[in-house]
This record gives sequence, structure tokens and C-alpha cells, in this order.
Amino acid sequence: MSFVKDTLDGVKATFTGLATTFREMVRPPVTIQYPEEKRPVRPRFKGRHVLKRYDNGLEKCIGCSLCSAACPADAIFVESAENTDDERYSPGERYARVYEINMLRCIFCGYCEDACPTEAIVLGDNYELSFTDRRSSIYTKEFLIEPVPEGGKATPQKVEPGIYTRSVPAMKDPED
Amino acid sequence: MMAKMVSLTIDGKPVEVPEGTLVVNAAKKVGVDIPVFCYHPKMEPVGMCRMCLVEIGRPVIDRASGQPLREEDGSLKIQFGPKLETACTTPVSEGMVVLGATEKVKAGREDILEFLLTSHPLDCPICDKGGECPLQNLTMGFGPGESRYLYDDKKHLAKHVPLGELIYLDRERCIQCGRCVRFQELIADDPVIAFSQRGRSLEIVSYSEPGFDSYWSGNTTDICPVGALTTADFRFRARPWELKAAASICNHCPVGCNLTLNVRREAVSGGKWVLKRVMPRQNEAVNEIWICDKGRLGYHFGAQNAERLEKPLVRKNGELQPATWQEALELVTERFQSVGRGLITLASGRLSNEDLFNLGKLTRSLGGKSILYSSMAGGDLTTQIGFAPGTNFADMGKESAILVVGSDLEEEAPLWWLRVRQAAKRGATLIVLNARQTKLDRDAHYSLRFPFGTAAAAVLALVNTLSPKRPELPESIQELARSSELKAAAKAFAEAKDAAILFGGDGMGLAETQALAQACANLLLITDHFGRPNNGLLGVWPRANDQGAWELGWQPSMNLPADLAQAQALYIVAADPVSDDPAYLNAFDGQKFVVVQDLYLSQTARLADVVFPAQAWTEREGSYTSGERRVQRYYPALQPNAALPPRVESPGSRRAQVLTGLRAELDGPQADFAIPAFLAEKLGYEGFVHASASLVFARLAAEAPSFGGLSYQKLAEVHEQWPIVGRSDLYYGGTTYENTQGLGVQLPLAQGGASLLSWPQVADFKLPKLGGIAFPITRLYDRGATLMHSQLLHKRIGEPYIILSKQEASRLKISQGGFVRITFTDAERSVVVQAKVDEGLPERVVLAPRSFGLPISGPTPVELKPAG
Repeated sequence: MSFVKDTLDGVKATFTGLATTFREMVRPPVTIQYPEEKRPVRPRFKGRHVLKRYDNGLEKCIGCSLCSAACPADAIFVESAENTDDERYSPGERYARVYEINMLRCIFCGYCEDACPTEAIVLGDNYELSFTDRRSSIYTKEFLIEPVPEGGKATPQKVEPGIYTRSVPAMKDPED
Repeated sequence: MMAKMVSLTIDGKPVEVPEGTLVVNAAKKVGVDIPVFCYHPKMEPVGMCRMCLVEIGRPVIDRASGQPLREEDGSLKIQFGPKLETACTTPVSEGMVVLGATEKVKAGREDILEFLLTSHPLDCPICDKGGECPLQNLTMGFGPGESRYLYDDKKHLAKHVPLGELIYLDRERCIQCGRCVRFQELIADDPVIAFSQRGRSLEIVSYSEPGFDSYWSGNTTDICPVGALTTADFRFRARPWELKAAASICNHCPVGCNLTLNVRREAVSGGKWVLKRVMPRQNEAVNEIWICDKGRLGYHFGAQNAERLEKPLVRKNGELQPATWQEALELVTERFQSVGRGLITLASGRLSNEDLFNLGKLTRSLGGKSILYSSMAGGDLTTQIGFAPGTNFADMGKESAILVVGSDLEEEAPLWWLRVRQAAKRGATLIVLNARQTKLDRDAHYSLRFPFGTAAAAVLALVNTLSPKRPELPESIQELARSSELKAAAKAFAEAKDAAILFGGDGMGLAETQALAQACANLLLITDHFGRPNNGLLGVWPRANDQGAWELGWQPSMNLPADLAQAQALYIVAADPVSDDPAYLNAFDGQKFVVVQDLYLSQTARLADVVFPAQAWTEREGSYTSGERRVQRYYPALQPNAALPPRVESPGSRRAQVLTGLRAELDGPQADFAIPAFLAEKLGYEGFVHASASLVFARLAAEAPSFGGLSYQKLAEVHEQWPIVGRSDLYYGGTTYENTQGLGVQLPLAQGGASLLSWPQVADFKLPKLGGIAFPITRLYDRGATLMHSQLLHKRIGEPYIILSKQEASRLKISQGGFVRITFTDAERSVVVQAKVDEGLPERVVLAPRSFGLPISGPTPVELKPAG
């Protein structure tokens, strides 16, 4: 009676398939409505770089160029200048007058983070890095630096002499 | 005489070195690194830092037989000391065994570094030395991974202590090796910095005013093994590893110091290549590993700035207006063709051999006259009995004599001062003959003074004591001529195996230096000190390539204002006569056609009909001939300022551009050798090259006899030099660059040396009863066009001044620093300047520095009045 058996098998397979269909109909969807809706990134995600500030608004970057030296893709360009108490950008003697990252070159390896002696450069969670011409691939310091935190002042700051006397701000060993 | 050789083994490698060699140097010779901080191969060892500790074993000698004892296997019995020894203070001995990599040695080095780092700030990320720092490198190589000392217990000291405005000290970084203090005392002879306090409070202080008052201060930043001493000029301008290096030659003075120009592209300058710093490059026959501060910090005129000329200028409706090269070249061609023989080309020794060759050739083709713009004569003699090939100040010692006459050597050619001084310290007889005291007198064996204005007569007085054919001596020199010291000096000079004379233009102009050079030549000829290495005549010229100009047939004119006034057309290159002396203004009457070729719109250029913008020496290739007659090559470091080629839109237009590129429109400044070649091309002359300096040099070598056989390849040849510097072992010689781009070649002497003997006309010189005579002197830091672009040096350069005698000052009732009006009687010009009083000056003598805006080219009558 192969005819009856075949028919029953067919009906069974149809219902098995439909069961999946009906099950999926009631299940909540996995897709999210990017870009209106965004998924949070993993804690160690390596996105676009951010130049950090201290709570008082001074820049953490001291313009040492070590990120640039560590960069395997030669994507970072730094030019430094000297701080004065009338025009202070960072707590040390030196700050980055020009800080540029060529995003066409960057391979997001994070060596710049490792090389940074003041934890000034951090690979953040921004992964939206589209641009339409090559010139806009150069991200400048104004673009990379984070906004002045609440209670802090914008740089350059005018400060009292004798407060910032160290060439590099004293740092604790990193915890993570 | 060869020194006795000693054989020893260092880390298993056999070495043979002369007796007296230090272990650290013997090791360097076989490529074994013994790290040091305080030892420097150019200075005596002090053994302060203890970094060079090694194990040293010596063969055991049997006291009874005096023979070395042997082990059972027949090898020498070696006994090692109980403690580590310093390799930098221990001379080698026969059979010595040195071990530099044992556990004991490693532990010793680790401890030394750990101690050094207890008080070192570790601010390497922002330190200008970071990346080329011996302490950093040796810590990575030999240091402990971790310190047992607590970071919070570190001693904190002042970070930013200016030792004057040129050099900054960071007290925390100093490891107290004393290299800078020893350099200033032993080599620069300016002991203006010293250790103060003791122990952990020890610090470097400068006790001069202005701070660190020395022409050599920059060298201490090279030999400082940490970032304690850095220059203000390079402060935070780049990290050392980001810099590109181009070999160059200093063009401030005739020494021809070998330099390395460090460049980097800079965003704030719009992405252009920018000159970041000037470093010395080793050439043991020229500047060893040192350069003076003028060479190191006075490079800004050759960098690109807003004042540089970028386009040719042509006078239209009475005003200079920008024009195309085509237009300017055509105008000049037309006018030069019409004046022909009436053309005078005036060029200075700031130009390279190639420039002077093409300029001279163009002028000859047109039938014009070439004149060297110089305040000194005598180059016709230095080409014939100058320094012969193989001459090196380093080889002058016990059997040599050096006579320096009419020169304030440290101000005129600092490196020669340093090298002459070292020759004197090695035992060479140094005779200093001058009208006034100079720094070189400190090291002189014979320090002789002649009355102002009688330099040539003073040299003839030396000749007089030696020669059977005695020249007549004027009255004013008789007292000196009769002195026993002069006789002794003349005897020492004549009896020396080798002898050299350096003559300068201190207090002299063209006519006076001509006579002086002739007198010096006679002294060399009668004592037979010419035509072989380490003998001969050296002119301390005012500019870098004056010797090259003489070799190529350029000569100054004895009456330049008149010559210029008579010319129908002037072609003035790299010279600014109008700023130097307004007397030249008469030549620019508006009738004649004037072409000026320069970097900047100088006072002379403002009066020109056509101005050509030239490339600086940093932007192009070329070669200079130093006073020691060494032809040396320099390489381009920057790109000349020119508009970028038009944007390539499509493959088709690219092809068109490649095809037409060879005949592309000229834009921006051009090389000084190229511009006369462009003119020659338009005039239809054959045999001119403008494509590259090396091609011009090839023609020069074919046409100028003394340059025969030379080529750019030959000039680029190098050989091993001692001490080894500039490689990865920066701890040893400092941050001086290694020379891999050429040591240069000394020119052979021109023929005819022996038949030069003719007595110069020496008239008696008397100071006037009324008024005074101003004598020109040379200051290293002057207000000339080549130095005023260096802002950092302005404080050292100072305002225009003159130096007066005590009597003159009291007559005028002015004190040190007061203002005085000086009237140049002949030029009918008066200037108000500051007065300095020198008690050693005779009455009626006024010293006026050159290139300070005072119209003075030789001894000039002046009148003085108090100003205000």
C-alpha cells in the first residue's frame, strides 16, 4: 500500500513544515531596525578612536607620537607643541597641536591604545565610519576628542602657575 | 714612529691595539659593546658612572723567572681581579683577557642602571632625546625589568631650567656624568657651566651672563647621554625617529662643517617638508663630530618662510612686479646681449662651485667681467701654496708650527679655532700674531702684538729674522721686530718640520689682506713650508666657498664702487652690497640695467630691474670648496617652493603632461647654476647645463684644471673613521651622525708655487692725531642677512655697537653701554650706536663689527661724538 503511505508521509511533512512556520510567526523577531535601533557592542569592541579628557577638561594626550610609532599601518600623524600656563591643553609640558588618523589606513588593531602612556587614545564603540571622499577619511583632533565633561573647562585653559609642574602627569598602573 | 702594539682578547676575540689604548676603545674596534655614560672618545676618561664595569684578567708572572706561568694544558695562567674594573680608565696590557658578558658583569650593569633610574623621571614619552637616548637604549639592553624602588619616593626637581635662551636643562633627567662640564672646560675652553652642590643635590648651573655663554653649547646636547640638555630650537618639534636625514655642508664659514639636516612634513605648514634641526655629521678631517651654534641654530634663512622670493620680479612703471620666468629671462637676455662687454657679474662665496662656474662662463661668453664680492684678498696665493692634499689639523702635533695672523679665529671660523687649539695641546708650536687679544691667545706659545694696521709688516718682521734678503721694515714695527720673543717665534716656525699659516681679515680690508697674504706666502717660501701635507697658507675667508671662487678664477675688485659705477649692466648674485655700504648706491643711478638673484628681496634687489628668485642650499644639490681646499658635496633636504603640477584628470591628459613635462613652464625659485644656464640657452651659447648640479660639476671638472678628475661619485666616497659614531651605539660618541655620504676630496695645488716671491709694498701706518680710525672686526653672530632670520639668536646678536679705547670713552664722557654718534668721514654717513669700552685698545682705535649696518670694509677714518 505504498500509495496510502506516501500520502500520509506527505501530509505529515506538510504539517511539520507548517509547524515551524506557525512557531516562527509567534516568536519575537531577531532583526533590529538599524539605523533607528542599535545593538550594544561587546565590552572589548574596537571601534573608532576617541581622545579622552580629564574631568577638569584638560586633554589626556601629551603629543608623544608613540601611537604613531606603534601603528603598523602608519595611519596616525602627530605634531606636538609646548603648553604654557596661559594656554594649557594638557597637564604636562607638551600637547598634540595636530592629531590626525587616516581611517582608510587604520586596521583597528589597538596598538595605539597599548602604546599610549596616558591612556589618552581609546578605541571606542563607534563603528559608523562611512565617508564619500578620501579627504574626509582623515579624522582630525577636533573630530576625535571627546566633549568637555560636565564641570570641566574647554581647552586651551588659563591656569595658575605652579600647578602643573610635571612633564608627564603621574599615572597609576593600569588595572585591566 | 709606530707605537708598540699590545695583543689581548676581549670576549674571546683577539685584538691588537697600540700601547696605551683603553679597554673600552679596544673593544669598540672589534665590535664588542661595552656600555658607557661618562666616557667619551674625544675626552679623557674619568670613570664616574661605573657603567663600563667588566671582568679583567691578566697573565700571572712568576716573580723568580719573570716568565708568565702556564696552566697544565700549556695556556697562559690568567688571574682575574676580585672586583669588576672600569673599562674606560684601564689601559690594555699584554695578554689581558676581558670578559664583558659574564653573569657578574651583567649583574653589575643592572645594579648601576637601577641606581640611575631611582632618580630619573622616566618621562621618555615627551623627552626630546627619547628615541636616541643612551640611557633608554642601555636600560633596554642591560637594565633590570623592574625596580625595587618606589615610584612615589622619587626625587622631584625642576623640569624646565633655561641655561640661557638656547639650551634648556631638565634637572631630573641629569645623571651627573659631567660630559657637558668637561666638554666646556677641555674642548670649548668656555667653562661657563659647572656642578653645584653634592650628592643627590648635585646640579648643573651656568654662571655666565647671558646663560651658557659659549659658541659651542649645542654640542653638549649631542653628547649628553640623557635628555637633560636639549636645544630650545628643537624643543618638542618632532620625535627623532620621525625625521628624515639629508647630508649637507654648513655655509656660514669657510670651514665647511659636515651637517645632517633633519626634515619632516608638517601639517601646520600645509604639508610641506620643514627643516626641524641641524646636526653635526662626522668628518675627522674637517669638523670631527662638532659644530658651532651658528651652524646648528642659524639655518633659518635657508628654510622656507613668507619672506622668500617665489616668482621673478620685473620693474614695470617704476615698480617691481611679479612676472613669469619666460618674460624675465627674455628681458635679461635682450639687455645683456646689447651691453655685452659692459656687464659686471658680482657674486659672493655663498654660492656653490657649480653656480660660480656657470656664472663665470656666462659672463666670459658675453665678454663681461666677473667680480667676487669679498672683503679679503690673497686667494691667488692659497690656490698655489694653500693646504696640499692630505693636510689635516689632526695630524699637526709636536713637530708642527701654526701661525695665526690677523684673525680672531673663534669668531671667524670656530671649528678651526677648536682644531688649532687641539693641535697646540698636542704640542704644536702656536704663534698668534694680532693687533689685539683674542681667545686663541690662551693657548699660544708665542702671543705677539703688532700696532693696528701693520699686519703685513709684522709678518715681514718674522721674515726679516730668517731671510738673508731682508725686506725693509716700516718704522712702527721696529719695536716688535727687535723683540726676542718675535725672534724666538720665527726660529720655532722655521725649524718646525711642518708649518701652516692662517691669515684672516681682523681689522683689515682688501688691500691690507692682499699685502698680508703676500707676506705670509714669503714666510712659507723662505722656510720651505709649502707644497706638502700639513704645510701651507689658509685664508680665513668671510664666506663658505670663497676658496672655491678663487680656484675658479673669481677675484675681488680693489675698487668695487668705481667698477660698479662704470658698468652698463650688473648681475648681482647672492650679494647685497647696498646694505653693507651705502657708497654702492651711486652705482644704482637708474641708467644701468641691474639683475639681482637672491633668496630674499634685499636692499640691492629693491633697486634692480629684474629679480630672480634662487633656491636655498637646503633645497638643491651642490658642492663647496672649504678653506682647506676640500671639495664637499651637499644634498637637497627640502623641496623647492613651486606650484604643484596641474591635477591629472584623465589618462589622456596624463600622457600629454608627460610628453610636455620636459619643457614645462618654469615655476618657483631655481638653482643658482640653472639661471645663468637658462640665459645662455636663450643667448644661443653652447656648453651650459641646467638639468642637475652633478652634470654641471662634470663640466666643471673637465674645464677647470684643479678640479680635474673629480666627480660627484668621488666626492661621495667614505672610509672608516675613528671614533665610530652615529651607529646604534649612541652611548659612545653621542648623537652626531655617521658620515655615509662623502668625506670630500682635497684639490691638488695649482702650479707655479715656487716663483711667487715678491715683496709686498708695506707703507708705514700711523694713527691720526685727531679723530680715529675704525677697524672692521668679525663677530660670529652678526646682523647679516644669513643670520637675522634665526629669531632664537637675536638676543646673542645684539644691537649695533662699536668698541672704544678707555681714553676715547673718557674724552667723550661716555661709559660702557652709552650711545655715541660715529661719522664715517669718507662715506659722509653717521650712525648712532652703542659703545663698549675695551681697556686694552690703544687711543684713536675704534673697532667696528662687520655686518652690523656700519659701512666699513677696511680701516676707515671716523669721528666720534656723544649721542643724545
